[in-house]
Amino acid sequence: MPINAFLLLAAFLFCTGLYGVLARRNAVLVLMSVELILNAVNINLVAFGTRFQGDVTGQVFALFVIAIAAAEVGVGLAIVLLIHRNKSSINVDELDSMKG
Amino acid sequence: MLANQMVPQNIAFGVMATVMAYCAIRVVTTDNLVRAALFLVGVLAGVAGIYILLAAEFVAAVQIIVYIGAVVVLFLFGIMLTKAQIGKAAHLTGDKWPIGLGIAVIMAGTMGYVLMKAFGMQKVDEGRIIGRSAAVADSIFSTYLIPFEVISILLLAALIGAIVLAKKD
Repeated sequence: MPINAFLLLAAFLFCTGLYGVLARRNAVLVLMSVELILNAVNINLVAFGTRFQGDVTGQVFALFVIAIAAAEVGVGLAIVLLIHRNKSSINVDELDSMKG
Repeated sequence: MLANQMVPQNIAFGVMATVMAYCAIRVVTTDNLVRAALFLVGVLAGVAGIYILLAAEFVAAVQIIVYIGAVVVLFLFGIMLTKAQIGKAAHLTGDKWPIGLGIAVIMAGTMGYVLMKAFGMQKVDEGRIIGRSAAVADSIFSTYLIPFEVISILLLAALIGAIVLAKKD
């Protein structure tokens, strides 16, 4: 298979996630879009990992990214819960108290 | 022999890529939070399938256990605890979504052009792919031992941080 098939699919997933991060108002949906971006990166890592003989670095890095993504979701959702408790809204465009 | 393997691989890739593209678009466009989480499952399962196509079985298993097993459940809990409207909710997408769409399309065009220029129709070399989980384990516990330990500390810190953040005083 052409390696570009995997890379273009990952690029599409990345851009979809980018659109979600930029356009969505709900904080939980923004976190879901971030997951799309991280998965795109993982596909790239594993696909490039097939280009080197006897080397599984790409797969190891994909595992690290998965672990970090899990940590990120845990902390991110805790922050979202805290914001919901304090402001009773999780719309990211209403959270402007740090705006100058 | 490789030529015979190619056809089912291509069909599997096409089916999974189509499902993933549809699910990804629905994740960022649907009006229903719970459905967004369920479409996310479609994308994550498709990514696991892509890993299997690339002979990374261990990563595929971890993807299913961690993402579909844990992360999506966390998202569903997050949706539940933020008392999101079940069913259609209005205003999940901001008013300035065309700007976001424009940026995403420009990004996609740029990346597509660069990738086609850089890699063209280069093949994945099936002979070089290693599908052994043992190789992954050897690599983690020798070359990448210190990053691995750092990741476990990071997970512990994130766990404690999430508990401290979310608990009621």
